[in-house]
Amino acid sequence: MLRVESISAFYGAIQALRNVSIHVSPGEIVTLLGANGAGKTTLLKIISGIHPPAKGRLLFSGQNITGLPAEHILRLGVGQVPEGRQIFAPLTVMDNLILGAYVRLKGAGKKNVLQDMDSIFELFPILKERAKQRAGTLSGGEQQMVAIGRTLMARPKLLLLDEPSMGLAPKIVTDIFKTIQALRDRATTILLVEQNANAALKVADRGYVIETGRIILEGETHDLLNNKEVQRAYLGKEYREVWEGVKGGKI
Amino acid sequence: MIWDRKYECMEREEMEQLQLERLQSTLNRIFRNVSFYKKRFDLLKIFPEEIQSIKDLSQIPLTAKEDLRQSYPYGMFALPLREVVRIHSSSGVTGKPTVTGYTRNDLHHWSQLTARVLTAGGVTKDDVVQITFKYGLFTGAFGLHHGAELIGASVIPMSTGNTHKQVLIMQDYKTTALVSTPSYALLLSRYMGTEGIDPKTLSLRLGLFGGEPCPEPMRKEIEERLFISATDNYGVSEVMGPGVAAECEAKNGLHLYEDHFIPEIIDPLTLKALPPGAEGELVLTTLSKEAFPLVRYRTRDITSLDYSPCPCGRTLVRIKKVLGRSDDILIIKGVNVFPSQIEAILLEVEGVEPRYQIIADRFDGVDILEVKVEVNEGVFSDEIKILQNISAKIERKIREIIGVSAKVKLVAPESLQPPEGKAPKVIDRRKK
Repeated sequence: MLRVESISAFYGAIQALRNVSIHVSPGEIVTLLGANGAGKTTLLKIISGIHPPAKGRLLFSGQNITGLPAEHILRLGVGQVPEGRQIFAPLTVMDNLILGAYVRLKGAGKKNVLQDMDSIFELFPILKERAKQRAGTLSGGEQQMVAIGRTLMARPKLLLLDEPSMGLAPKIVTDIFKTIQALRDRATTILLVEQNANAALKVADRGYVIETGRIILEGETHDLLNNKEVQRAYLGKEYREVWEGVKGGKI
Repeated sequence: MIWDRKYECMEREEMEQLQLERLQSTLNRIFRNVSFYKKRFDLLKIFPEEIQSIKDLSQIPLTAKEDLRQSYPYGMFALPLREVVRIHSSSGVTGKPTVTGYTRNDLHHWSQLTARVLTAGGVTKDDVVQITFKYGLFTGAFGLHHGAELIGASVIPMSTGNTHKQVLIMQDYKTTALVSTPSYALLLSRYMGTEGIDPKTLSLRLGLFGGEPCPEPMRKEIEERLFISATDNYGVSEVMGPGVAAECEAKNGLHLYEDHFIPEIIDPLTLKALPPGAEGELVLTTLSKEAFPLVRYRTRDITSLDYSPCPCGRTLVRIKKVLGRSDDILIIKGVNVFPSQIEAILLEVEGVEPRYQIIADRFDGVDILEVKVEVNEGVFSDEIKILQNISAKIERKIREIIGVSAKVKLVAPESLQPPEGKAPKVIDRRKK
């Protein structure tokens, strides 16, 4: 469904991504793991057309989308839930959701959009209770639900989730990941960026590990969970020791 | 049967994307972790990020067995030993041994790959698999052992030797699949012959052969003598062991597991990449190995790549049966001559065996090629004219197909086979 081929990207003189290739197949949940500043968000921004790549190619459902404007990519079916939620605080929950369907309001008609809203309320029952409330008055977890729901209202074929668990209490994080699980059962295709590797690897089929702009590992979640480097760097197991190599003294 | 449909039947475009992703992450890891590659890349000013497609791989220098020897024992490991859970090694007969390591993930992948090999050869969970490779530093036995267990077959880890006991166990334990070298399978069948054991009374139905070349007539002979279906599989101990490529039921080339290895064919003399279909030396790049990744490793094995569809449904590229080594290559008057080419010609000619010896010599500064070929028992007693016709036919075919003139000398059956060991297939007297 999505193919990213050898993408490089800069912020001014700083190179944020170096020759990154990933893919997401229909129905898959793929996670992108990495520390702060590794380039995870940049990659999502490139996929959704917010940041231009310096090199490389993006294909979505076989179509070359490299350099297309963000609104065009959204219409093709790539929906991003931004980092830090970025909901419209003064608007009600309902209005936030309706705005998410903006790109298809004309074609789909109000009735369809309202139907979709019901399915969002099914996914997040708490939002139904808060429908008329201003989004800014909601808790962090509820705001994340609004952000996810708003993106789903555009009926994306591919959902990009940027750190959905960031800044949330552990219990809420569990709820959010239950939602991702539920989305998976609805056969939604997801690219999930996370620092919470433990939780991400539980729901994902495959994953990539990105370090300083480079993909250094890829594999099925089973392989990543068994990889000592992943265990040390992202799962809080073991410590990294200096390798007293026979030759070269590698780490 | 196909063990892993997702990868063995993957669309070409998807496979290429997967290979590119794995290649790039492998390069990023070795550039960071393997001082041998880091130094070499720095020297040649190669940066991993310049490899933007599979084709760019050819910009990277080749890795030779000599490089591995110089890094003996652990110099080319990409991870510290504490992450390595298994070590294998070559015998070191021809020089310093080469050492390879495996992490837990590497072993997991290895089992998956040999499970593919065994499944392609017909093994299921209902089979009783007798493994007659040596258990030890050699990769063959352990590699296939874990794959057979993964499938759920019953494994008998016999190891090598004691032919009497091998046959006894085969009879009593009702072995259905034999894992061995093809020559050991022949030896077993001959032993049964002298002991008066009818192979038909055995439960044996499959043979999975590796470790040495298995030419077509040899396969036929084993199949007919033991009443089994035999498949060939291919491995390289430095690269993984068994589990690199294997024949399917079509028995027409070995499917190479491209999700774990990128194959290339190069001219062993100019080291230039050759197009698909051309015969040359196989070069492999590992895509999933954590402890001991290799980039563009020269296997020294001569084969070719076939991307045409296979009736079995696998979309993986096929390599031709490996019958020769690039060390055996001869240059006659500037033309590359592979022993396997001569062998292929001999297989098409009636009246001769594919047992031969190639002798290169130089007379007055001119290269001369002579091919000694064993004739069949029946033909040998026949009149001289028939023999002349046969040798003329072979000479003509060599001229047409390889492009050099050769003198063919027919010799008596079994005369090229010394009583002990192997006769050299190629003798180059020009080197003296």
